[in-house]
Amino acid sequence: MTWLFLPILIAAAVAAYFGGRALARRRGKTLPGKERPHSRPGQHGAYALIWTAVPALVVLLAASVFSPDIERQMTASGAPEAVQQLEPFRREAFFADARAVGAGRPAVQIWPAPYAELLPTEGQRAARIGQMLDLGGIVGAALAALLGALFVFSQIRPGMRARNRVEGWIVGLLFACSVVAVLTTVGIIASLVYDSIRFFSSVPIAEFLFGTQWSPQTAIRADQVGSTGAFGALPLFAGTFLIMIIAMTVAAPVGLFSAIYLSEYAGPVFRATVKPVLEILAGVPTVVYGFFAALTVGPAFREFFNGIGALLVGGPLDGLGQYLMVVQNQMALVAGMVMGIMLIPFVSSLSDDIINAVPQSLRDGSYAMGATRSETVKRVLLPAALPGVAGAMLLAMSRAIGETMIVTMAAGLAARLTLNPLDTVTTVTVQIVTLLTGDQEFNSTKTLSAFGLGLTLFLVTLVLNIVAQRIVQTYRQQYD
Amino acid sequence: MTETPVTSEMRANRLRAGLKRRYAREGRFKLYGLLAIGVAVGFLLLLLGRIIEQGHTAFYTHTVTVPVYMDPARVDRAYPQGTNFELLVAEQQLARMGIADDAQGTKAAELRGLFSSELKFAAAERIQNNPNLIGQTVPIAAPLSDDADLYFKHEISLDTPADQRRLSDEQIGWLDRMQASGQVAAHFNTGLFTKGDSTEPELAGVLGAVVGSALMLLVTAFIAIPLGVGAALYLEEFAPRNRLTDLIEVNINNLAAVPSIIYGLLGLALFINWMHLPRASPLVGGLVLALMALPTIIIATRSSLKAVPPSIREAALAMGASKTQTVFQHTLPLAMPGVMTGAIISMAHALGETAPLLLIGMVSFIPGIPASLGEPTGALPSLIYIWENASERAFHERTAAAILVLLAFMIVMNAAAIFLRRRFERRW
Repeated sequence: MTWLFLPILIAAAVAAYFGGRALARRRGKTLPGKERPHSRPGQHGAYALIWTAVPALVVLLAASVFSPDIERQMTASGAPEAVQQLEPFRREAFFADARAVGAGRPAVQIWPAPYAELLPTEGQRAARIGQMLDLGGIVGAALAALLGALFVFSQIRPGMRARNRVEGWIVGLLFACSVVAVLTTVGIIASLVYDSIRFFSSVPIAEFLFGTQWSPQTAIRADQVGSTGAFGALPLFAGTFLIMIIAMTVAAPVGLFSAIYLSEYAGPVFRATVKPVLEILAGVPTVVYGFFAALTVGPAFREFFNGIGALLVGGPLDGLGQYLMVVQNQMALVAGMVMGIMLIPFVSSLSDDIINAVPQSLRDGSYAMGATRSETVKRVLLPAALPGVAGAMLLAMSRAIGETMIVTMAAGLAARLTLNPLDTVTTVTVQIVTLLTGDQEFNSTKTLSAFGLGLTLFLVTLVLNIVAQRIVQTYRQQYD
Repeated sequence: MTETPVTSEMRANRLRAGLKRRYAREGRFKLYGLLAIGVAVGFLLLLLGRIIEQGHTAFYTHTVTVPVYMDPARVDRAYPQGTNFELLVAEQQLARMGIADDAQGTKAAELRGLFSSELKFAAAERIQNNPNLIGQTVPIAAPLSDDADLYFKHEISLDTPADQRRLSDEQIGWLDRMQASGQVAAHFNTGLFTKGDSTEPELAGVLGAVVGSALMLLVTAFIAIPLGVGAALYLEEFAPRNRLTDLIEVNINNLAAVPSIIYGLLGLALFINWMHLPRASPLVGGLVLALMALPTIIIATRSSLKAVPPSIREAALAMGASKTQTVFQHTLPLAMPGVMTGAIISMAHALGETAPLLLIGMVSFIPGIPASLGEPTGALPSLIYIWENASERAFHERTAAAILVLLAFMIVMNAAAIFLRRRFERRW
């Protein structure tokens, strides 16, 4: 609501600009003789604009971030005894309905006796509090804008270094932009750690990391079957690892060899046609790969293995045949292979950069000794580029571990501790999606476990990335 | 001395033999490279080919036109929506085909299943607009049901055993008769582009998701591009070399490699559970995607700022411009094509991102077309995910069609980026 004030604020800031400029011009004329003011009138205007807009914007932002929390606390603390005794979760539902009733809409839930009568009055009270807070935010912002403008207008005089001050503000704003990146990291860590701590307070970390039983469905009734609520994530780690290994077996050789061919053998025309194709492959959204895996690769592989199984049944390999007859669409092999295809351009472009960073003199030296191109690649280029290539592979592994859509659509949900690529496995990312997209209340251990998984995923990929970037960086410096 | 000629001869022979082996090895190595590229290109062709093959049928659909006698005994003038038009139409159609129904109306019920529910709304709307039509016979056109549509697209065939297909022999016979009498017409599927999502495949369209994605990208662009360019300008042009700057740089490089689903968790915890922004809204989606796109934009902007030669800056500074004036009046305008290219590419990437959207609630069925940033909406990639999970077979072709729509948007964006790069790129 408070953001409706924004157009007025913009208008005020523009007015402050013109006002400041006019004022600077007028006061500049008072200078004797040929003396000129330090800054141009427009720079004074810009200074006025900044002082009008920025403090008010800060107030508005603070108001819109904090007022929902304050509003909740104020409505809750002023509520009748009966409402205060509700659990926080129910209380919020009550006030949501109260607001709806107060605004003349029907309530979502049916409320029992003491609450039903309270709905309209409480709704009106909540709405009043909301309006009051909104008004408070707007008044605060207007006051901040006014004070800022007055401050600048009192400062404007020919000797003021308006340009330097404006530039100081600009650099400050740019710095603030780059701090957003740091804040994002802080936000990620804070949100993951906060909910993970709540999760680990009910499930010990050791059980989470080394337990072999994953069935997050917590029992609603005590006697429910199959709802053990076990949170041993080892099968998920195994599944993630298995799919990552399959993906890397596809992506690493294909990506590396295409990079070698493109940088060492291909002519300019070939390069110019193949590179865009790889870029398209890199730009295809992962949900498309997931669709491809689930509806094309999965059924094709299942039919293939079922066919082989049918041939083997009854023969000396009867057991294997029986097994192959029943493999499903959602085998680890399918998700892993399609993920490998997705990673090919990633590996290829990283390796291409790295191979190109090897100095030409090393190649020339090798050719001068009579080595063929492939010998140069194998004996000179690859050893020289090895750290860089290793870094690239680590980055690709981190991508494979964090990839979500392909596995969500093409791998299964069964948490199984296996390294058999024809089995159905599940991964960390699949479980995060499954845990958080169903209908459940937010604070259950089951939902919180998604944050535990998220934290693990974040830490593992972070370590992989940092190591990989270190390696690549030192490798590059070696040849700079 | 007598041995020397023999030795050099032998050495030459050995070298020649070795050379042959080495050349063979060279050829093989080159072949591996070509093979690798062939695999990559082949996969791309297979992927696109399969999606076009699965999706092209969704771009046309079949409509049935039935003459409806608006029976005054059954159509209520005041409340035409209450009429069971589907049953009315089915009974009249049966009579027209000369088929007697049993007492329970089993055949009418089966025939009804061949029309989509759109028929009812179309008929009711006609009556509402012109109540005088009651008592007359009015031709009403409506889509066929998804299964009937699939039959005309040869996806359901009589060769399949009757208990394994969704249409009975009798229903297929009726469909053939209706087609023979010219009631069924194939045409371009405009509904796919003008309707929101629906639980019935024949009525489902991508418009709601396209609008949702567009709103989301708008939010993303408004937040991520200014912030990203600002951060890049600071780091590249103003930042002092100190620990804080190093920290920010390492941070940005790592953020660029954080899995997208982590951003979804952040969005869920921060924007929805803490700030109580509306679930599944374009606002939250846009914010999450903006945080995700930020590092890529910063990195792209920095590299295009780096490409501007120092002589430009030095010339401006020498003419008395301040640092800020130099950056904003000379460096940034010259780097702008590169900045825009990077921004467009990262927007295209954000458009296709799915996992974070699932976590902020875009997995549920949302039928309407969003009109504001605060109401729940779908997005193209999440719609693809939802349709892929749907059990009706007709959704498969529509999923592929939605993918083609998504890819078309991405191709347009990437083409714009390539155009910008080609048109304005400057080599110093």
